Amino acid sequence: MNAWDYFVNLLPNVRSSFVEWLQGLHLASSLIVFLDSLIGIILILLIVFPVVMAFIWLERRFIARMQLRPGPNRCGPFGFFQPVADAVKVLTKEFIMPAKGDRLVHWVAPILMFFAALMVFAVFPIGAGPKGAFSDLNIGILYVVAIGSLGVIGIFMAGWASNNKYSLIGAVRGVAQLISYEVPMVLAIVGVILIVGSLQMGEIVGKQTIPYILLQPLGFLIYFIGALTEINRSPMDLIEADSELTAGYFTEYSGMKFAMFYLGEYINALAVSIIVTTLFLSGWKGPFLPMWFWFTLKVFGVFMFILWMRATLVRLRIDQVMAFSWKGLLPLALINVFITAAEVLAWDSWMPGWESFPWPFVFVNLAIAVVLIVLWAKLFFKPGGGRIEAGGLRDRYSQGYGVNPQAPVS
Amino acid sequence: MELKTQPFVLNVGPQHPSTHGVFRMKVLLDGEVVVDLEPVFGYLHRGIEKLAEGRTYTQNIPFTDRFDYLASMMNNLAYVLAVEKLARIEVPERGQYLRVVMAELMRISRHLMAVGFLTNDLGAMMTPLLYMWREREKVLDLFDMVCGQRLTYNYMRIGGVSQDIPPEFLPAVDRFVAEMPRFIDEYDQLLATNEVVLARLKGVGILPADLAINCSCSGPVLRASGVKWDIRKADPYCGYDRFDFEVPTGTVGDVYDRYRVRIEEMRQSVRILEQALRQLPPGEVCAKVPSLLRPPKGEAYARIEASTGELGFYLVSDGSIAPYRFRVRSPELLNLTVLREISRGWKIADLIVIFGSIDVAMGEVDR
Repeated sequence: MNAWDYFVNLLPNVRSSFVEWLQGLHLASSLIVFLDSLIGIILILLIVFPVVMAFIWLERRFIARMQLRPGPNRCGPFGFFQPVADAVKVLTKEFIMPAKGDRLVHWVAPILMFFAALMVFAVFPIGAGPKGAFSDLNIGILYVVAIGSLGVIGIFMAGWASNNKYSLIGAVRGVAQLISYEVPMVLAIVGVILIVGSLQMGEIVGKQTIPYILLQPLGFLIYFIGALTEINRSPMDLIEADSELTAGYFTEYSGMKFAMFYLGEYINALAVSIIVTTLFLSGWKGPFLPMWFWFTLKVFGVFMFILWMRATLVRLRIDQVMAFSWKGLLPLALINVFITAAEVLAWDSWMPGWESFPWPFVFVNLAIAVVLIVLWAKLFFKPGGGRIEAGGLRDRYSQGYGVNPQAPVS
Repeated sequence: MELKTQPFVLNVGPQHPSTHGVFRMKVLLDGEVVVDLEPVFGYLHRGIEKLAEGRTYTQNIPFTDRFDYLASMMNNLAYVLAVEKLARIEVPERGQYLRVVMAELMRISRHLMAVGFLTNDLGAMMTPLLYMWREREKVLDLFDMVCGQRLTYNYMRIGGVSQDIPPEFLPAVDRFVAEMPRFIDEYDQLLATNEVVLARLKGVGILPADLAINCSCSGPVLRASGVKWDIRKADPYCGYDRFDFEVPTGTVGDVYDRYRVRIEEMRQSVRILEQALRQLPPGEVCAKVPSLLRPPKGEAYARIEASTGELGFYLVSDGSIAPYRFRVRSPELLNLTVLREISRGWKIADLIVIFGSIDVAMGEVDR
């Protein structure tokens, strides 16, 4: 292997060399596995934390530029050390615990959310080969989906333990959103899985001769919207909804406990960027330049797209978010799965080797996606409205309730 | 097992990011749905109406800056109009035109803030607000030129305005008037064609015209419900009858219409500004008024179309140097009285938006 090839697939090759070196030492095989895992974990942490720091910096600077202001520019060149300053600040802050909160759950919640966010990174391939991911599980994408929805338990625990109504509303919204969006999200992934025929992340990337965003435009949209909801990003940032719920589920958190939620959200954003890159943007593949460069470029591109949405869109209402999922995304995702299955069956039997010339299918799928989206937009959605009729409310609360017990609701 | 649900009281405010100051709402929620609501006023009460009775008529002008602190010029104007009516003082032509120019600049700035904060309440992460802020800065720079202040101007005087405009003011305001329509169009296009914004605004918080009239609403809140009522047309002051402008009205009375009316009013304000600057006569800016004014015994009520509604000052004089009674008809307080009616049945997120669409500054509500 020459130097350029080594450089192109840098991190996996470093790990492979490390394992080869360990094997040369004639250690027990279980110890080699253990040390390999350890180096993998350290590598993940070493990569994830700087990237998350870069994300925080990027978010603040990028959105600031969109908002006609310079953003943080005092700490280091271009304010690059602002996340470090933030970290020092949160580390020195006091933990404030609500008097009637649940102390244990209040502590466990941020830890759970944080580690659920970190665990996903085990299966992401950042380069080719068997060492491309920390652990290239053969059910990789299933693992991602399963672990990805663990974090919401932390959110709900935080909302419950805070003994604060804003937190509780935020947490309940979080659970409702997760349940609604997990289904279409997974169905959207199924489209990709059907084409690839494998759940393994490395193989999903390996099979992409063209980015699957072209073959699965509808699936990409559904997955992306669902993912935005799951990581609480605008326009579905209802969980923290700062204009309504002050800070949502972490209203009562401070110091490092708050920072763990904060970091957890960015780690989730990074995870979603990586999943989108892996499933729909052909992962580390790209011409001429090293694999890790392409991978980083795509991940940051996706994240900047998320930032762009955050800077420009307003928040949807909870019932609109729910309706959008159950009335819009879920049927479309089901149709997408059906069409993709039929297509895969047809292509494989009639046109073996279609992957070398997939452009007709790209246009067919694009046309189907456009037609379906327009159809759904015209049929099921009209802007505005959504009032719960006051008449019904009045009947329900005619006696006994009211903000002021002396003045019953008229 | 049967699960029981129960409504609960949520205390929104007085410290809450979206209450535009210190306003408190006791909200009875059924899940997310607002069942009942009780507004609690008075957290910013400073007793200005009482304090004003101990000061001379001129000394009271800075107090009025502190009512609607986003539209200080308007408050100044309404107060000095009331004093002039009480003391029967004639204002020179140039002074009247300058008052109109300042009031319309203020209206543009205030409506920009209203629309910006409305989008913030909708959940846009400050971006539209900061663009609105950029335009507001230009207005503040103009005010800085004429009176050296950027928030509390204290520019109007009994009998006119405190000083004439500096020579650099007119080119600057011409430039502002020339470029402002383009910016208004741009912002309107960006906001009113956004599907998410429309979904949040259309049909939300409908205020029927009869309820608006019964609750004595005024300003954009009333006009959005389809009532064509504008003091500038109905009871012209400062020579507003000399200008050609429209009174925009809504049809449904929802939040979207209130937004629409504000955007249209900004366009009309630019029209008025164009005309006023073209016709600006030379001459004195302030009438000769004794510094210690003793109006004759009597009472006077003067009202203007402030950016939020009918802002009126009711003054009673006992012939001394200080007003015997100083009373403000606060449009924002009266507009807020419909909050309970129009937000019941909506979600908590809509409540924030409806509150934002009424557009209040607590300085004027509580005084």
